[in-house]
Amino acid sequence: MGPLVKVAVVGAGVVGASIARVLTMYEGFEVVLVEREPDVGWGVSKANTSVIHPGHEEDPRQHPLRAKLCVEGNRLWRRWVRELDIPARWPGELMVFASPEEEREARKYVELAKLNGVPGVRLVYGRELLALEPNVNPQALGAVYAPTAGTVSPFEAVTAIVENAVENGARLLVETEVLRVRVEGGEVKGLETTRGFVEADIVVNAAGLWADEVSRSAGVEPEFRIRPRRGEYLLFDEDVRGKPARILHTVPTPVTKGVYALTTVHGNLLLGPTAEDLPPEAKDETGTTREGLGRVLSEAAKLLREVPPPSKVIRTFAGLRPEPPGGEWLVKAYEDPWGFVNVAGIRSPGLTAAPALAHHVAGLISEAYGIELRRKEGWNPRRVGIARLAGKSLREIDEMARANPDYGEIVCYCKMVSKAEVLEAIERIRRIGARPTIDGVKFRVQAGFGRCQGSFCRWRVALLIAQATGRPLHEVLVGRGAYAVGDVKVLLRGGAA
Amino acid sequence: MIERSFDVAVIGGGPAGMAAAAKAAELGLSAVLIESRDLLGGVPLQCIHPGFGLHVFGEDLTGTQFAYRLIERVERSGAEVMLRAHVHSVEVEAHDEKVVNVVAPGGVVRVRCRALIYAAGARERTIFEIGVVGDRPAGIFTAGEAQLLMDLYGVLPGREVVIVGSGDVGLIMARRFALEGARVKAVVEIMPWPGGLMRNVVQCLHDFGIPLLLSHAVVRVAGRGRVERVVVARVGEDLRPLPGTEFEIPCDTVVVAAGLRPNADLLERMGAAIDPATGGPVVNELLETTVPGVFAAGNALVVNDLVDYAVEQGERAAEGAKLFVEGGGLPAADWKPVARGRNVRLAVPHYVSGERGAVVYARVERPERNVLIRVPELGLRRFAVAVRPAEMVRLELPRSAFEGVELERLTLEVVPRE
Amino acid sequence: MSEVELVCIVCPASCTLKARLAGGGLEVEGAGCARGVEYARRELTNPVRHVMTVVKVRCGDLPVVSAITSKPVPKSCVFEVVKATANLEVEAPVELGQVLLENVCGASLVATRRVRRVSGAGCPASPASP
Repeated sequence: MGPLVKVAVVGAGVVGASIARVLTMYEGFEVVLVEREPDVGWGVSKANTSVIHPGHEEDPRQHPLRAKLCVEGNRLWRRWVRELDIPARWPGELMVFASPEEEREARKYVELAKLNGVPGVRLVYGRELLALEPNVNPQALGAVYAPTAGTVSPFEAVTAIVENAVENGARLLVETEVLRVRVEGGEVKGLETTRGFVEADIVVNAAGLWADEVSRSAGVEPEFRIRPRRGEYLLFDEDVRGKPARILHTVPTPVTKGVYALTTVHGNLLLGPTAEDLPPEAKDETGTTREGLGRVLSEAAKLLREVPPPSKVIRTFAGLRPEPPGGEWLVKAYEDPWGFVNVAGIRSPGLTAAPALAHHVAGLISEAYGIELRRKEGWNPRRVGIARLAGKSLREIDEMARANPDYGEIVCYCKMVSKAEVLEAIERIRRIGARPTIDGVKFRVQAGFGRCQGSFCRWRVALLIAQATGRPLHEVLVGRGAYAVGDVKVLLRGGAA
Repeated sequence: MIERSFDVAVIGGGPAGMAAAAKAAELGLSAVLIESRDLLGGVPLQCIHPGFGLHVFGEDLTGTQFAYRLIERVERSGAEVMLRAHVHSVEVEAHDEKVVNVVAPGGVVRVRCRALIYAAGARERTIFEIGVVGDRPAGIFTAGEAQLLMDLYGVLPGREVVIVGSGDVGLIMARRFALEGARVKAVVEIMPWPGGLMRNVVQCLHDFGIPLLLSHAVVRVAGRGRVERVVVARVGEDLRPLPGTEFEIPCDTVVVAAGLRPNADLLERMGAAIDPATGGPVVNELLETTVPGVFAAGNALVVNDLVDYAVEQGERAAEGAKLFVEGGGLPAADWKPVARGRNVRLAVPHYVSGERGAVVYARVERPERNVLIRVPELGLRRFAVAVRPAEMVRLELPRSAFEGVELERLTLEVVPRE
Repeated sequence: MSEVELVCIVCPASCTLKARLAGGGLEVEGAGCARGVEYARRELTNPVRHVMTVVKVRCGDLPVVSAITSKPVPKSCVFEVVKATANLEVEAPVELGQVLLENVCGASLVATRRVRRVSGAGCPASPASP
């Protein structure tokens, strides 16, 4: 066997992570995942609709790759969520129409389902619609029912995939921003980063919103520009009335994209997104707006019998989708420079397609660079999630707390998250090579995701991180920033630290 | 799973819960106090300012000193204390039999009790609840979290601070930040009047030259890794931002002090009726909720302005629990609703029997001077030079006032003095 | 001396007072009662405040202890008190009422919380004897 092929994957979102995982399945690759944030999955993957699409909204005549990988991805996810213990639900979806015009528009998707081989898609009306979804708006005429739709926790999916990839030999570098792809003599040599040079024979560009810049730095696709498309969301408390059983969404029209209403895997009502095109440089504009949130609420009112009052909103957020020119994914292995692979502009259905896209990229690499894909012996498909108290019976909780008293010490009251779960999250973050942060813990075990939004538990999580890492409390990160500015006397001492 | 039995279980080890557990034990009941943290005291343990205990102890104590007084009382009373004990759920097995399922480091404890006093406090409203949009970087805190960080864990949350809301915690925190050398750029209040006590407006803001922007709202937070600025706008009478009045305040920290909500989720799950005006349970004069034998006290009942009232409510609930335990339930009574009359935003309790004296806690809708606080049906009236939404009205309805009076209901109202 | 506007905090009426010291006498407008005039006199001639702060603690179960001045200090002296805490550090255990700093603006700084001692690296089970 020849020497190892060094592959650097830029971007630890769901696409980059999936590619890293798939590459570890095969002999001969040494995989490093390079991420600018302190943790994985903090970009496009963190804030989206979380839907695993059936594939009946993709037109194979316009976007054949998207259509094919969306349908394949939907199937693959069912295996991946089992292998990787990712929270997921498969309730199916209803594209709800309220007028004959919308109905005409919706019928097109039944035709697309036929073209794409999406199973079970059909129109439902009246009683059947109500039976499928008792909480649908009574004004609805009918819906396109697609039984294979599901929802995952996208952030937990990324962490699970990365944990498994690392278990199988991939390496993660966080807080490492790619400055440029180094190319010499027409060949990729590696990545110049804020943390030095990362040697690589193959660079896979899965840099999400920044993939256009990475691509340009490799000397290809100079005209390719990614526009951030902002989507705003509202997340409601678990205890609201009228949560939908299915994934509901409005009929996409040329003017507005569909707005979704769904119950997340953690039991919250999620409404959104808007679709607002921002200029290419606005890659950090994840702020919410009054207008956007208002639009989400009025669109969601078309779907639901009852939209909960604003007092039940526990969080609003916005995510950016990387919108490529013409909506066309740029997935390509280049001969010049040899070793450069673009997986860029992966807009919706990117989350759905990710596992299939990863296999597709492995195939491209094999084909373009003449590397035979041979399954590695001893590759471990399994990853087990953090054992959670939430949803357990009293008897099970009793057993867990007796075996490990930290399970009996509750840190987050709203979501009943124990110290044991927080410590396990911190440990896992460190094991993959990421930096423990309050957000990293929050998104892994839901501490701070309840109605108090962390006012009772954020400091406890911060204290546990400070203890585990031996760093002062004020240096613990919330997102990218420090929790506090210093010890309480720092300014009185004249410290401008 | 371990099972224990008590006459009374008290949930929450803050002032109301400590007073309730101690009082219950002092009245001869077996009582257990269930607290989720690893120490008793609740929020006053992080309040290093005075203003606590004038009614209860006849002294002006700091929150911390006040907490220790109550902890000592609990210790003397013989009430049992469970710490690091999280209430998972409550099962109502019979009219006078409940089981509190408690998750604790040693496993699950099933606490069987006849009466239950719920004193789990309040939670702070978050930035999402008050409709602030924009970015969500580091540097956004609730006032309570900022207070805990500074005064228990010794870290400074920020250097240049904007405080959203002028409730007492917000005002107190403005002074704390100023005293540690931070710059408080503004306290922004959406209402046309301050949300906290005037004493705090004067001593926490005026003393330090901190601007109070009334009828203004923070509409947006902006910042990448850390807060960089907030956008503030003047609001109209409908409390909505007026277009064209926006301006920016550069800062690195936003402290949200937009008020409290009773932590009534567990009560709701038990089926207790909730009063939308208080956010807490509907109760009678013994502070019994609509679930028989389940009492509520302190900020879980109604957000109080003085800790002394929380203690008084805890004791009142303990008295109710004693009657309940000894009688196998409260005796049937002809409960009269307490209606909210003119300029009364909320009033607790919601029902009185007339068979014993009662204390009504109320808040007005808007500030008013030179008024009478009165209950016309009972011929009760009290003069007040001024009433303000921030300051609770406490009115005693003595047993004697009910004698010889036929009534269907009571009305609490605030009217101008002629 | 120029006119000063004050909000009286003696009672809930919260009268807005306009006060000035003129020719050795005090003139107050807007006070609803005599207590308001007295309040204005105090605030203009000798305003005092309690100072509440925290002091760093070594080897404690918490890193700071809360403290209050033993008596109100002149308002002009408030920052002198807090500046004195900038580099102050005491060693656990700390008892309620323990004097943490003496003679600052004529008062001392007294602990209002208990801090238990925890032993560990650099922290023997009992404090070094003075």
